[in-house]
Amino acid sequence: MTTSDLAPALAREEATDAFVIAGETFTSRLLLGTGGVPDLETLEAAVRASGTQLVTVALRRVEASSSASMLEVLDRCGVRLLPNTAGCRTAREAVLTARLAREAFGTSWVKLEVIGDEHTLLPDAVELLDAAEQLVADDFTVLAYTTDDPVLGRRLADSGCAAVMPLGSPIGSGLGIRNPHNIALLREGVDVPVVLDAGIGTASDAALAMELGCDAVLLASAVTRARDPERMALAMRQAVEGGRLAKLAGRIPRRWHAEASTSFEGLPEL
Amino acid sequence: MQVTVNGEDTQLAADATVADLVAARSGAHDRVAVALNGDVVPRSSWPATHLSPGDTLEVLAPTAGG
Repeated sequence: MTTSDLAPALAREEATDAFVIAGETFTSRLLLGTGGVPDLETLEAAVRASGTQLVTVALRRVEASSSASMLEVLDRCGVRLLPNTAGCRTAREAVLTARLAREAFGTSWVKLEVIGDEHTLLPDAVELLDAAEQLVADDFTVLAYTTDDPVLGRRLADSGCAAVMPLGSPIGSGLGIRNPHNIALLREGVDVPVVLDAGIGTASDAALAMELGCDAVLLASAVTRARDPERMALAMRQAVEGGRLAKLAGRIPRRWHAEASTSFEGLPEL
Repeated sequence: MQVTVNGEDTQLAADATVADLVAARSGAHDRVAVALNGDVVPRSSWPATHLSPGDTLEVLAPTAGG
């Protein structure tokens, strides 16, 4: 459904339902990672189908980095770049990587990742908070990839992070949102945007994130490693939009027993 | 002189600067970042930053990432 299919009042609401991080306004609530993308043609098709306006990238040694044309593709798509600190294991490494990314990409926005375990790639809470505090003090706009711990989420927000990005499940696992209750609690506990990051496997996971109250969804593997990345990117776009609309619309309460939708009044005796 | 670039022993001219190293190593990349002994070298300082024997450098470029 496009905006033009909506009643005028709803269309206005959808058009103004913008997503703001650190004063920057986005109309798309889907952030796309480029990791795992098979080739540049697929990347461009997926970015365009997703409607994303914010795309993550990384830094590696020049010998191991992608062709320079990846950034040409992203520039052509008109998206904003969000460098990450993927692979960093300590606050020191993450802070240095963020500063290098600021040089390379010319942006002070960073997706802060500090990994504490090589098998699960789960965040190291102690190093993460330390790095967040250092980067905020150095005028970075920090979007912090974190566990689904509502207390840690609040500590990150209190430290000045521009967004808190809890995982649904481990990076690349496709296991979806393992603890929806924690995601909803984390959302309740902070005033900054909450972006569900990591673990999304398919469209229903993205919709659930939005229904739980998340402001946006960040995913990479679910699209880049899908059989048809372009089609999955469109599926994710529609799932995020659908989940957001459902959240705004207000779901019905869950009931133990049925409640008839057809009135019993005037029921004939047959 | 010998320095370490991206984990490998590398021979450079005695008067080499960071700008010389980047020109030799970065290929088609124009968005490159350099760390020298664990600190960022801003692009504006590359021509004036002379290297010393035993320096450790990382020359980094954009790549795909989640």
